[in-house]
Amino acid sequence: MFDLKGYGGLLLDGLWMTLAVGLSSMLLALLLGLLGSWAKLSRNPIAVWFADLYTTVVRGIPELILLLLVYFGIPTLIQDIAARFGHDITINLNPFMAGTLAIGFIYGAFSTEVFRGAFMSIAPGQLEAAKAMGMGRSLSFRRILLPQAMRFALPGLGNVWMVLIKATALVSIIQLDELMRKTKIAANATHEPFTFYFLASLLYLGLTIISMLVQSRAECWANRGVAER
Amino acid sequence: MKKNRLHILLFTLLLSFSGLLQAESIKIRMGTEGAYPPFNLIDKEGKLGGFDVEIGKALCEAMQADCEWVTSGWDGIIPALLAKKFDTIIASMSITEERKKQVAFTDKYYTTPVRFARPKGMPIEITDEGLKDKIVGVQSSTVAENFLRGRFGEIVEVKAYGTQDEANLDMLSGRVDLLLADSFVLGEFLNSKDGQSIEFVGPAFTDKKYLGDGIGIAVRKEDSALLEKLNAAIKQIREDGTYARINAKYFDFDVFGE
Amino acid sequence: MEFSVVWDNLPKLLQGAQLTLEITLLSLMIGLVIAVPVALMRRSKNPLLWMPAYGYILYFRGTPLLIQLFLIYYGSGQFRPELSDLGLWGLFREAYFCGVLALTLNTGAYTAEIFRGAIQAVPAGDVEAAKACGMGRILIFRRIILPKAIRLAWPMYGNEVVFLMQATSLVSVITLLDLTGIAGRIISKTFAVYEIYIMTALLYLAITYAIVFLFKRIEKRLNRHLA
Repeated sequence: MFDLKGYGGLLLDGLWMTLAVGLSSMLLALLLGLLGSWAKLSRNPIAVWFADLYTTVVRGIPELILLLLVYFGIPTLIQDIAARFGHDITINLNPFMAGTLAIGFIYGAFSTEVFRGAFMSIAPGQLEAAKAMGMGRSLSFRRILLPQAMRFALPGLGNVWMVLIKATALVSIIQLDELMRKTKIAANATHEPFTFYFLASLLYLGLTIISMLVQSRAECWANRGVAER
Repeated sequence: MKKNRLHILLFTLLLSFSGLLQAESIKIRMGTEGAYPPFNLIDKEGKLGGFDVEIGKALCEAMQADCEWVTSGWDGIIPALLAKKFDTIIASMSITEERKKQVAFTDKYYTTPVRFARPKGMPIEITDEGLKDKIVGVQSSTVAENFLRGRFGEIVEVKAYGTQDEANLDMLSGRVDLLLADSFVLGEFLNSKDGQSIEFVGPAFTDKKYLGDGIGIAVRKEDSALLEKLNAAIKQIREDGTYARINAKYFDFDVFGE
Repeated sequence: MEFSVVWDNLPKLLQGAQLTLEITLLSLMIGLVIAVPVALMRRSKNPLLWMPAYGYILYFRGTPLLIQLFLIYYGSGQFRPELSDLGLWGLFREAYFCGVLALTLNTGAYTAEIFRGAIQAVPAGDVEAAKACGMGRILIFRRIILPKAIRLAWPMYGNEVVFLMQATSLVSVITLLDLTGIAGRIISKTFAVYEIYIMTALLYLAITYAIVFLFKRIEKRLNRHLA
């Protein structure tokens, strides 16, 4: 169907890089999400303030600008400040790290909200019951809170993943060799932009559809033991 | 007081340690764009190549340095150098006064004029009247853009692209009436299969005010030792014939200029 | 930090913000016009209606907007003769048109899905009660389903508006000089990287929360009878 003029392998390499940067960003987003939701639900006003600031700022700024800030802005800023104090430091963020940090940081804010909702939807009576049975805090978190929260959080986290994997296309702008950038190279060299951008869009669509299938399987699994309504 | 002394001790320790590391061998990260054929490009296997890259590799050999190559978008290539993503820019960058405020340049390693190109047979003349209201595609933040805006900015509509390749694509689709770019880069495009419908028009411009003093390698201003090494290496490859060999691979004339 | 750079270039940035707002509004309005019929088609039982609607929604929600932009802008160039024959090349020639088209198709798909969900969430009892009162199908849709669905969809639509406004920052990659595009140009001249990006981020932040505030106000009005 497509005449790839020898650029097929390049696109496949890009697809793997997209998956790699997507998965590592998702891992970071999950960690930040757990941390953020814990801060939001804590009684410590400073933690709450920081978590609110985090989600407010991330929601208000386009991904592209945040990415450019993380890749160019922040290292230059830190180096300038260090230079003012007479230190010469190098912050060498390669595109993979900058992309992972930026995307993970952005979607950490969205997973914070997902986890917060999930923890809040667990009836407080359950924790009280666990306490009454003599469970410690960490045990009741592991046995009671987390399994149920995961069930409530799964649909939301699935959505975060599906938006995140598409957002990795932006990392091409800071020259990470992922699918979008490889596609650009092929499109510009062959002067056949439609062929390559359309093919790449189908590859992204494939990732989305596979993710949707996995998500519905995962939800079935997480809901086992819960009666159908 | 005691605490302060400890700090100083630690700091000197750190300094001497980093000094030790540097003494081992020079490691240089070479920055380029990778979207500017024939000077720098990425091939089907995803490998970097082109005149700039081969010259860069020859320079590394002459300096006996251990080089690593990093690519960057053209728009962000100077900010990336300043942010220490890499140590040199060897990407067909013209030596201009404006850029000298930010970075330091080596001596030139080649010279290039800029030229216009138009679709074959399109009656556009390169005069103030002929260019009136024409849309001209250039790569943004290049000397071609500066020259176009400075010399014809009031007359034409400037359309600036992130890469030269994208400007070329829009020439083929007819979104721009003319291209203005480095004459060698345009020549490469005109020689390609799709470029057959495009032709050069008008003179080769060498206006120093906008186009600067040839093409050099940029380094951060504080890296004067690296600058000297690079200059010595350029001289060396000019003298030992390495430059001529690479030149012959890409062009059938001396690209160095006088 | 050099604040004078930011100050000197603020008028230019504001000019860029104006284009950002213009593109956002235009895409939203046309997107909404597309979304309502697509949502209704998607709910239909006729495969000739729901299948195209499903495919459209899946494609535009399942692929990155950045690719959609490149596909429409650079991709259309590959079909210039065909588009010229149809008399459409004059439109596709303009980056502005391509940008708005991509954003419109994108937001149309998301909005259709929001609207479909909202119609589905209208309680069946409401519809049955209206039927029992002797209302016709069109009247039920206009008087019962639509008002309720709009109220249900409103907060989610507010999120979509915020996402779309931020997504317009991508049109800078197809040569348009929106807020992000202008910021890039200023940086390539002044090299004041973080100063300009931080100012740009603050401007986006202000626009975002202005939209959020506006939607909250209207939401209150929509639900005032429920208080």
